[in-house]
Amino acid sequence: MTWTFLIDALVTVIGITTPILLAASGELVVEKSGVINLGIEGMMLVGAITGFAVAFEFSNPWIGIGAAALAGVATSMIFAVLVLSLGTNQVATGLALTIFGIGLSSLIGTNYTGFAALPFDPPFPDALVQHPIWRVIFGHSVFVYFAFLLVFTIGWFLSSTRAGLVLRSVGENDFSAHSIGYPVVAIRFAAIAFGGAIAGIAGANFSMVITPMWAEQMTAGRGWIALALVVFAGWRAGRLLAGAYFFGVLMTLELYAKASGYAIIPSQFWAAMPYLIAVAVLAFISSRDGKSGKEPACLGKPFLPNG
Amino acid sequence: MTTNARPRDWIARLEMRSITKAFPGVIANSDVHLSVQPGEIHALLGENGAGKSTLVKMIYGIMAPDSGTMLWEGQEYRAPNPRAARKQGIGMVFQHFSLFEAMDVVENIALGLDSAISRSALDREIRAVMDKYGLRLDPRRIIATLSVGERQRIEIVRALLLNPCLLIMDEPTSVLTPQEVEDLFVTLRRLASEGCSILYISHKLHEIVELCDRATILRGGKVVATCDPRKETPRSMGEMMIGSDFADPARGVANTQGAVRLSMRDLSLPKPDDFGVALQSISFDVHAGEIFGIAGVAGNGQNELLDALSGESLADRNDAIRIDKDPMGRLGPTKRRALGLCAVPEERNGHAAIGNFTLADNAFLSARTRMGLDPNGIIDRSGAEAYAQAVIKRFSVKALGPRALAGSLSGGNLQKFIMGREILQNPSVLVICQPTWGVDAGSAAAIHQAIIDLANAGSAVIVISQDLDELLRLCDRLSVINGGKLSASRVVNEVSVEELGLLMGGHHDQTIASGGTHAPRA
Repeated sequence: MTWTFLIDALVTVIGITTPILLAASGELVVEKSGVINLGIEGMMLVGAITGFAVAFEFSNPWIGIGAAALAGVATSMIFAVLVLSLGTNQVATGLALTIFGIGLSSLIGTNYTGFAALPFDPPFPDALVQHPIWRVIFGHSVFVYFAFLLVFTIGWFLSSTRAGLVLRSVGENDFSAHSIGYPVVAIRFAAIAFGGAIAGIAGANFSMVITPMWAEQMTAGRGWIALALVVFAGWRAGRLLAGAYFFGVLMTLELYAKASGYAIIPSQFWAAMPYLIAVAVLAFISSRDGKSGKEPACLGKPFLPNG
Repeated sequence: MTTNARPRDWIARLEMRSITKAFPGVIANSDVHLSVQPGEIHALLGENGAGKSTLVKMIYGIMAPDSGTMLWEGQEYRAPNPRAARKQGIGMVFQHFSLFEAMDVVENIALGLDSAISRSALDREIRAVMDKYGLRLDPRRIIATLSVGERQRIEIVRALLLNPCLLIMDEPTSVLTPQEVEDLFVTLRRLASEGCSILYISHKLHEIVELCDRATILRGGKVVATCDPRKETPRSMGEMMIGSDFADPARGVANTQGAVRLSMRDLSLPKPDDFGVALQSISFDVHAGEIFGIAGVAGNGQNELLDALSGESLADRNDAIRIDKDPMGRLGPTKRRALGLCAVPEERNGHAAIGNFTLADNAFLSARTRMGLDPNGIIDRSGAEAYAQAVIKRFSVKALGPRALAGSLSGGNLQKFIMGREILQNPSVLVICQPTWGVDAGSAAAIHQAIIDLANAGSAVIVISQDLDELLRLCDRLSVINGGKLSASRVVNEVSVEELGLLMGGHHDQTIASGGTHAPRA
């Protein structure tokens, strides 16, 4: 095994992990406020096509990212109005949002299939980006650096700021937060919008960098992995980072197994690995004594203020 | 104290004039007048549903009145939300605490403040307030590990940090030990002497006699009387509250000589979860015709003991618990019911009853075995409804009928229904946790009478309660549970409140030390 091989593998792991890490970070904030949004996959797809199309039309990837975030927010607001204002079931509404996102993105995307995305280079000088060793640190797209910044910022926000404390209180006990005088519904709207924006950006990460083109359902279930990751991480930002890389390594193994043509273990097995491990780990965590996972106490419960 | 020297012509700190508030179908408050003077401890009395909570929620900005005006120190006052009320100088300690279980004390207090403040500065302020008013609490502890008394202290500290001019306390003593109640009264008197007004809601009439300067009594949403509690008796105020005489429960002759109906021998159980209490080698007997009380501060193993008795958690040996000599330690709740043991857990809505089910369905769930409501596994609907109707009638439950949802009943009415549901099954042993928590005086008397009647008919009754007065009135013998251990039993007539209080305090040294006036620990 050579150095270049290891560095190649590392760069692949970092690239493949980033959209999961992004989407899971956004969902962490949403769930900490007591709402579970199963529509990540749908919001990612809407973000992916919007980011691709806008960057293509304006010939500017930055406008594309902004548009992807806005598209994610707009999609998430459909969910927010339904579950927060109209009190619909969060699980059913989230699933519907995913189906809606798949359909809408395919519709918008019909005119964009077959085009290559605008090249979107790493934000560092070529000497560093192409350096055989330093490219581990400098050879990535802006999404990677943004994801790292985001996960640490969210960890700090939740544990050390007053706004983060209020957000957590809404997820822990919405009734008490309301009686103290915090605007429970408004805070949840904001959290869902934030989760939508980040999911949109995670989607743009796919269509602009990872596979620089548009294809239907190109996120390939990564939104669901992000969702499992939040539970897997016990609703903590630090473990979210570690867990995301764990999944990233597994997915990279699949790619390498496929590429090498190494056939004793079929590549489908590697492809199934992240999902199998997710199931196993979740079962293990929930079989330990009940309170160790710090699930927000009001997760998934509707809040109706005049009860 | 300033209370006796209060001139009559002071401007009231808070005055409510002709306040009316209606909800669909009910008028919660009708033309209510109320005034609270600076430095006054003012009691607000009334049965459940009399409109006390609605009234204070309007003061605290949680609801707005339909008509009428409020004056704050002579100026018109309106609070669109609790934040505005706090800004005006109003603090409130809720009956059901608005605390966040998974967070620590400082985080909880920070959430109750309207401006951001650094953790270290807040830590200092909390310690200062606690020193000043003799409140003790470690600011770093997680709420889920605290006793109810300690949780209440957080609410009080949270309110006091805002330097309130009016403090509203909603049934603050319902879960405290006698010593904790005294400590609380010392704090409240101290606050009042500094000019803070206190609006004190309680159904414990003798406390109001002891603590309050004036009382406003509500009935059916209207003010029926304003009086000086020191010139009244608990009984006279209770009658004003209810609007008629109510019969004190008659105990008749206490009986501790009957045959043993329930015996627990050396039962130990590990703690059910991180925040639970392990039961340690518990043994006791209850005789036919006897009411056996278990006193203790919340969180000392009461719920675990109730689960062990009802069959929700199983003993390690079958002979650890016997009913009429039959061992049943390894049997689940349904089999125990069949043998004659019925139980009423503390949490009415969610444990004892399912809020979204009708009363008939709730009656069916617990009475199906003993009352034969599921012949061949098919639900006998008309039988269940008839049984629920019988409970409603016999225990004067205020409900629309057997098809009313359990969650639509007030706490006291649901408790009467649940008690009735178990008692009409004619159990040989009945275990009840907190029979009258948050229940108004009239309903409490009815529940007490039903317990006494059941014992007089030959059943053994176990009452687990934090309300010592209730236990002393009702029981023949009692024990104290502390840290999962049960003390030796005492005959009620031979034991003093102080002695029981110390047993309840157990290893809570601070409670005893801060009281100052109590006997040294045994």
